[in-house]
Amino acid sequence: MAHNNNSDLNVLHPHITPMSTYLKVGGALFGLTFLTVIAHQFNAQLGAFAAPVAFLIALVKAVLVLLYFMHLKDDTNMNRVIFGSGFLFLLVLLFFSVLDIVTRVTEVSPL
Amino acid sequence: MSTDSATHGGVRSAHVSHHFKDATQEYDSGKQGIWLFMVTEILMFGAILVGYGIFHNIYPEMFAEGAKTLDWRMGFINTLVLIFSSFTMAISISFVQKNETKKAAFALATTVLCGAIFMVIKYFEYSHKFHLGLYPGHFLDTAKVGAEHANLGMYFGFYYCMTGLHGIHVLVGMGLIIWLLIRTIRGDFHSQYWLPVEGVGIFWHIVDLIWIFLFPLLYLVG
Repeated sequence: MAHNNNSDLNVLHPHITPMSTYLKVGGALFGLTFLTVIAHQFNAQLGAFAAPVAFLIALVKAVLVLLYFMHLKDDTNMNRVIFGSGFLFLLVLLFFSVLDIVTRVTEVSPL
Repeated sequence: MSTDSATHGGVRSAHVSHHFKDATQEYDSGKQGIWLFMVTEILMFGAILVGYGIFHNIYPEMFAEGAKTLDWRMGFINTLVLIFSSFTMAISISFVQKNETKKAAFALATTVLCGAIFMVIKYFEYSHKFHLGLYPGHFLDTAKVGAEHANLGMYFGFYYCMTGLHGIHVLVGMGLIIWLLIRTIRGDFHSQYWLPVEGVGIFWHIVDLIWIFLFPLLYLVG
């Protein structure tokens, strides 16, 4: 965010995101929220696609928040990699947890 | 915290803490620390999401029964409230960077107000569920509630853990934004020092980000 091309590193040059960008992103997030609710009304018709559609919309919203509200678009590669590493470890957790569950011997619960 | 504003010939500059080389290094270090903190947030909520995914896979009908008790309209309104609060949080940083302190304070106050609205709606949702006897785990009396599945309490265990942990984050975020608001009014932040506003902002946005996924997960898909 704070780019410095001159010699004085004690002067910060903030990257100011214009209001129009925030308005567009905010509007898109509102629109996508309405879209996900509209899609919810057609859950019966969507069937097995209902969940993937809802999560795809959520993913688009999440990317918009990350890039524009959290300024990852203008951030350093280091910070992008740091944040991305969190999802890598989440995949590791998911992988081994699922591996454990699917390789278990099925038993009928007495409950 | 140790960075105070100083005025040099009418132009405000950041007072750099002695353990930093210069203002740029101080800014980059602070920002990196915030992003490392965000990784721990993703992992904390991620672990609950993985658990939810696995048990949803094992007991899909039980989860569907639990999801039916949620009103998507409440979650929908709360989603809009949180997105709007994220917007006001984001513009407050722009105002601080442009030395428009009054506008920044107004935007921050609006953000806190939205957080409060979110929590009030959450309170109504929770009290309604308590009224119906929909408690987590073994506190849920399946006979009294008339549950079709004996382990319905598990769904509400997930529901209260996910939304409760998220709610605590909203409360913490509101406290932090009130702290920012006080410091903004005091004139601590300006075009050369806005790191705390940006850091708290990133935290507030991750709270919004988590809700963006919790809303379809709990209210829409079930």
